[in-house]
Amino acid sequence: MIAFWILGAIAIVSAMWTVTAKKPVYSVIALLVNFAALAVLYVTLSAEFLAVMQIIVYSGAILVLFVFVIALLSSGVAPFSAGPNRMPKAVAPAIAIVLAALGFVVYATLGTRIAPSGRAPAAATLGPVGTAGVFGSVADFGKALFTTHLLPFEITALILMVAVIGVVLLAGDRVPYVPTRRRANEVERSAREAILRGGE
Amino acid sequence: MPVDIGNYIALSTVMFFIGVGGVLLRRNPLIMLMSIELMFNAANLLFMAFARAWLANAGQVFAFLVITVAAAEAAIGLAIVVSTFRDEKNVDVDEIRLMRG
Repeated sequence: MIAFWILGAIAIVSAMWTVTAKKPVYSVIALLVNFAALAVLYVTLSAEFLAVMQIIVYSGAILVLFVFVIALLSSGVAPFSAGPNRMPKAVAPAIAIVLAALGFVVYATLGTRIAPSGRAPAAATLGPVGTAGVFGSVADFGKALFTTHLLPFEITALILMVAVIGVVLLAGDRVPYVPTRRRANEVERSAREAILRGGE
Repeated sequence: MPVDIGNYIALSTVMFFIGVGGVLLRRNPLIMLMSIELMFNAANLLFMAFARAWLANAGQVFAFLVITVAAAEAAIGLAIVVSTFRDEKNVDVDEIRLMRG
């Protein structure tokens, strides 16, 4: 319970920092803190595999992608590092108050009535995180992923493939390099013509 | 001692709307994308909390799928940012009028 409050406070504060930070790099750092806090929360929710995936995929892959893009874009143009910001200074505390009120309302209205009414599956047992056979163990998770939910898993594979093709089309070279003999001849000829033109 | 599910709902709601505020109020596309990641994470936290409350694995499986789709989304979004920046030399989303016809 204490862990939840501490981690929740860290998550909310770092989320606010992500949104309000002037420079995108600080946003990335705040988001890293947020993801780490959430990963620990996942462990307390006996989702050990998801906690590890959170660290590896989010903190390891997605945030590094963000850092790469920031480094790539801000190398040429200076103003990018600051980044445009439409948020006036006075708005942030107002938003914080509204969010707190919203969270309290949700908690007050939904908090008690939403617990499951004793319909927990008989097979699921609770135990210490990392033990085989208890709820949320990696074996349990893998079995569910590859048997019951196989179709969503396959659709995810398709989505990832489409994403890879889309990224290459969007951000790749406009004129792809084609190492053919003809192209090499063209390059050589144009270079020779340029030299001749320079000599005239 | 288990935490009541309402606490997780409240935390997830607050995180989600912080992300909404980031998307609506910021004009830097990178920070907007990060706010979208925040919203994904809020949804994931809720998935995980309900999976734990019902002792059902489906929530964890779908949280995993959300992480995967979020990775694809981040890659596409950043590619769009890079290609737009290459054409316009500008990252203010109010100034970009590429799709405006």
